[in-house]
Amino acid sequence: MAAPRDALIDPLFNNNPIALQVLGICSALAVTTKMETSVVMAVAVVFVIAFSNLFVSTIRSMIPGSVRIIVQLTIIASLVIVVDQFLKAYLFDVSRQLSVFVGLIITNCIVMGRAEAFAMQNPPGISFVDGVGNGLGYGLILLVVGAFRETLGSGTFFGRPVVALASEGGWYTPNGLMVLAPSAFFLIGLLVWALRTWKPSQVEKAEA
Amino acid sequence: MPQRNYATYTIAFSAAVCVVCAVFVAGAAVTLRDRQTANAELDRKKNVLRAAGAMGETEVLAAGEVERRFASFQGVAIDLRTGQEDPSFDITGYDMRRAGGDPATSRVAPGNPAQITRVPNHAVVYRQVDAEGRLQLLVLPIQGAGLWSTMYGFLALGPDLKTVRGLTFYQHGETPGLGGEVDNPRWKALWPGREVFDEEGRPAIEVIRGDAGPPEADPHRVDGLAGATITSRGVGAMLQFWLGEYGFGPYLDQLKKEGANGRTA
Repeated sequence: MAAPRDALIDPLFNNNPIALQVLGICSALAVTTKMETSVVMAVAVVFVIAFSNLFVSTIRSMIPGSVRIIVQLTIIASLVIVVDQFLKAYLFDVSRQLSVFVGLIITNCIVMGRAEAFAMQNPPGISFVDGVGNGLGYGLILLVVGAFRETLGSGTFFGRPVVALASEGGWYTPNGLMVLAPSAFFLIGLLVWALRTWKPSQVEKAEA
Repeated sequence: MPQRNYATYTIAFSAAVCVVCAVFVAGAAVTLRDRQTANAELDRKKNVLRAAGAMGETEVLAAGEVERRFASFQGVAIDLRTGQEDPSFDITGYDMRRAGGDPATSRVAPGNPAQITRVPNHAVVYRQVDAEGRLQLLVLPIQGAGLWSTMYGFLALGPDLKTVRGLTFYQHGETPGLGGEVDNPRWKALWPGREVFDEEGRPAIEVIRGDAGPPEADPHRVDGLAGATITSRGVGAMLQFWLGEYGFGPYLDQLKKEGANGRTA
């Protein structure tokens, strides 16, 4: 069985859900135009994965095999709705910017992937840690992509100006591509490249 | 546990999971509802204040300060079919967008460039009056199609009911950097001082390609957004629509008549 430390740290670089498993890309494109939304989304996903893993693992020996996926989804969906309600109550502006993407955490493959692949076989404590780790691995990519997209695309960081924009009389003309979804593809691609150069074991074998 | 495969166990287990999850979700929804409603209400007030120029575009205000500034504004329900105020209509929690989608509370609009298909029967406008009860500012909700999305905003008119005091969009999905500039403070700053009606009282405001003159010389035209012809046209079209006979036209006529007869609002 995995040690808690590995369960937490491995998903950051060695087994990153976005960079290695290439899961959860859709939301990584949609919410990373700004740091604020990236952070809130990352925290929301950490919460959902950690608790869905915890609850699924707690009842794993009681779940009938034939309905296990739907049971997992019910638990995940409930957690997501609660997160969504919570954001609307306490972080109204951010929740409006995130719009449907909080609700779409339900369909984030990472959440169900961990429930099915890890929580169904492991005790609750380590499952919870695994959930936090995978959430952080997802969040890490979000933050890196968000940092590039916000500074290059809007000239701000957490909404505060960091470069003098041409439209305000400065020198920097924002890169319009960075605020559009395709730029996240390029950035994630570059991150995957960088990560695999650093850790060559992640490179897939060429198909014969 | 062989009994796990029995249908009854599966059904009982599923039912139990559903009940537990439902209680959990319902509990969260009920406990958080008051805060959410308060947030939505506060957000609406901020947007009205922004259109009225009583709150900076990027200004961050505590809830108490928003309430204080909003205190001089008064929400009034208008029956758009007649142009009359409708004091019997309860404006608390009224959602104009939802009402516009429901055939029971809206009517079909004739074809129009703003692509508005249904108009709600009621709209809530905000009036700011001075100590003598004279109208200082009238804030009207507007909406219409841009390139990708429906844009939602408020238009603030001065006491003559034709001079723009402010225009703001609080929700849209236009291209960032192009049409998305409808919420750029520098573009919005071009609006105050423009006149939305011509001498005959017809809606006359338009958003043109290129540069319009200053408000005194060129009162009925505003510069379009560079690279966003369709969004710009959409803004013009929605103003024409909401100031016209299916929008607030009848209500504004009514107010003008009352003003002419000396009755103070």
